[in-house]
Amino acid sequence: MSLTKKPETRPAAASWGMSARGKVPWEYAPAPESTDHITIRPEYGLFIDNEFKPSRPKATFTVINPATEEPLAKVARASRADVGRAVTAARRAYKTTWSRLPGSERAKYLYRIARILQERSREFAVLETMNSGKPIKESRDVDVPLAAAHFFYYAGWADKLDYAFPGRTPRPLGVAAQVIPWNFPLMMLAWKIAPALAAGNTVILKPASTTPLTAYLFADVVRQADLPPGVVNIITGPGEIGMELVTHPDVNKVAFTGSTAVGKMIARAVSGSHKKLTLELGGKAANIVFDDAPLDQAIEGIINGIYFNQGEVCCAGSRLFAQESVYEPLLDKLKARLSTLRVGDPLDKNTDVGAINSAGQLAKVQELVQSGIEEGAEIFQPDCVLPDKGFFFRPTLFTGVSQSHRIAQEEIFGPVLSVLTFRTPEEAIEKANNTPYGLSAGVWTEKGSRIFKMVNAMRAGVVWANTFNRFDPTSPFGGYKESGYGREGGLHGLGAYLDLSPNETNGRNGR
Amino acid sequence: MSPAARRPAAAKTTTARRRASTLDDRQPAPLAATDGTDRLGVRKTYKLYIGGEFPRTESGRAYEVLDVRGRLLANACRGTRKDIRDAARAARKAFPGWAARTAYNRSQILYRIAELMEGRREQFTGEVIAAEGVGRQRATRLVNAAIDRWVWYAGWADKYGQILGTVNPVNGSYFNFSVPEPTGVVGLIAPESSSLLGLVSRLAPIIVSGNAAIVIASEARPLPAVTLTEVLATSDVPGGVVNLITGLRRELVQHLAGHMDVNGLDAFGLDPAQGAAIEELAVENVKRLVRPPASGSDEVDWLSQRSQSPYLIGEFVETKTVWHPIGA
Repeated sequence: MSLTKKPETRPAAASWGMSARGKVPWEYAPAPESTDHITIRPEYGLFIDNEFKPSRPKATFTVINPATEEPLAKVARASRADVGRAVTAARRAYKTTWSRLPGSERAKYLYRIARILQERSREFAVLETMNSGKPIKESRDVDVPLAAAHFFYYAGWADKLDYAFPGRTPRPLGVAAQVIPWNFPLMMLAWKIAPALAAGNTVILKPASTTPLTAYLFADVVRQADLPPGVVNIITGPGEIGMELVTHPDVNKVAFTGSTAVGKMIARAVSGSHKKLTLELGGKAANIVFDDAPLDQAIEGIINGIYFNQGEVCCAGSRLFAQESVYEPLLDKLKARLSTLRVGDPLDKNTDVGAINSAGQLAKVQELVQSGIEEGAEIFQPDCVLPDKGFFFRPTLFTGVSQSHRIAQEEIFGPVLSVLTFRTPEEAIEKANNTPYGLSAGVWTEKGSRIFKMVNAMRAGVVWANTFNRFDPTSPFGGYKESGYGREGGLHGLGAYLDLSPNETNGRNGR
Repeated sequence: MSPAARRPAAAKTTTARRRASTLDDRQPAPLAATDGTDRLGVRKTYKLYIGGEFPRTESGRAYEVLDVRGRLLANACRGTRKDIRDAARAARKAFPGWAARTAYNRSQILYRIAELMEGRREQFTGEVIAAEGVGRQRATRLVNAAIDRWVWYAGWADKYGQILGTVNPVNGSYFNFSVPEPTGVVGLIAPESSSLLGLVSRLAPIIVSGNAAIVIASEARPLPAVTLTEVLATSDVPGGVVNLITGLRRELVQHLAGHMDVNGLDAFGLDPAQGAAIEELAVENVKRLVRPPASGSDEVDWLSQRSQSPYLIGEFVETKTVWHPIGA
């Protein structure tokens, strides 16, 4: 079988004119995205009732650009009392305006938001990149378009709720508290706010402390769209403030995206309440490549799977399972491809891998990579020049990884791939599912029946077959096991923001 | 609401009180198998149901099950943490095979449960009268409804996926669909007052999708549940798909809620006062949780159509979304 033959003596990398570990033999001219149209205020207050208000007592913290370590702005640090003010505003808006609007009117507000995001897309993309460190080509081509698409999709549901859940009359839940991470700041905002508003809820969103700037720019979209005051409120502060928010007694719905550890803390904190809770937590996805896979496509899928957004993706394909018969050619191609990734200035339009979001996250990645070396795995990193400043990390892969290594067990949330091998589909299934997580998985094979065998066997909420890291507002996303519960996107994501218990016409009891 | 349902929850009954009541100071028990002749009845030993077998509890201990008038009905097994552990192991073993059955096959097996219950209607009616203190007419309605509920859920086995699944028109050249799959091993804290219909109403939607269940039976009224397991054992339900533990809730519930190999917990039958503590235990492995209603499950009208719903099946399924490119 041709696929099991020895790898060619000439490394595949030769086709790009370089050796597997060599440097790119030419220089790229810089292609920086312009930032002169971006206005960042020196200081942002909390966005409550459609106004920026300083926190009480007044306190701020500084937000930086992780690629330069330069400060970008100061933002308000909310107090417990501020959380109360935001919840009060959201409750008032829920009672007096938002829940009373016909769905068709809510829909039009959401369409407006989608349109404004499209109109101001470059502004959002550049600011997102400045604040998060992600490459401009990703914020421009993925994050911002998907955020707008999410609003556009859920806008259409707002006046069609009665058709969504047969036998039930959906009702909004009330006030939703939403806590989001720093890896896709605007996109996560859209995933949270769009379905919540479509369903008739009002929201208080807490962006991550390191990445609040696109959320505060979104506040300006709320203003432009003439959304009634209090429907969308945005507050910033440390984790304790997020906990204050989700445990506030007047909050009816809690949605959290972030680490499994924090997700469990939140779930404990709301225990015994009647808050509806959805959690989208960590992952350690298996990306399984069979020997009949289209190898070049698989290579692109593997690269996209783990180096997209510096690997700071909950569904990243961080464990590569290569069938033994294809391991060597796959690894050669992978190393060669890795060497072509451009690491550096996130604002450069040719950059593939930008900056890690924070010094803390960089330290975590470094620590886990060190553990991989110490536990005996073999490290490979391409020779690329990293900028002098900023939180950068070379795209990394480990071979000789065993199931028990920390780099095969723990979520690294960085550009680090662990390569493992398998012989039979059963072995791949066993190893892939051997994790407390269950967010996503990938399968690469040309054999249709095998795709479905693997797809069925993966205990994961999203399975990409012959592709990876695709997202769409119509497509439900979320985890099995300790990767959380509830779905975002599609009809399922809508249900997460509705009270679907039987009402007077279809029952008081039961559920 | 029957008077029986209003009686204080058995969890509050102290062991001391149980010990004080002896066989001598009570009327003959309704289940004591006297048939009006001189013949001495043969009583049944009520046992646990784990992995398709009927073991006694590893504790070797029992507690007295009384009827609403305080007469002895039987000794029930006083199950323990270790029994729950055994049940979890049996359920985990049974889960993949049950989940892999075709929907048509699961549908027929649930229907088979109804068929076999139908043949035991008299026995179930007698046990429900004894357990719940209701009249024959009401007990008959409750048993009929329990049988009909199996039939109703049997029909959902090959349909709920068409209600809860979707094909998603993504913005790109991909075929994308979402299907519900069973969550895995699901714990069920059975309603305390509705000994049979309440249990069936919660159990059927858990197993119809392919989950395996570990049931903690009603503490004060466990006997109809035990008899139900005898039906399950002969209905082609594979061993381990349903496991039943009887015993004292205060000794059992926390071990089920905290078990790391249990993926979901239907706490609908839990005393709401215990809700927070039990929910905290369930968080450790991110269990899917159905909370008890604020007023407790004793007030639920189980005969109502509202007590059955495909959305209940949805409480313990996971949505899996699959992407594949479209191309030549």
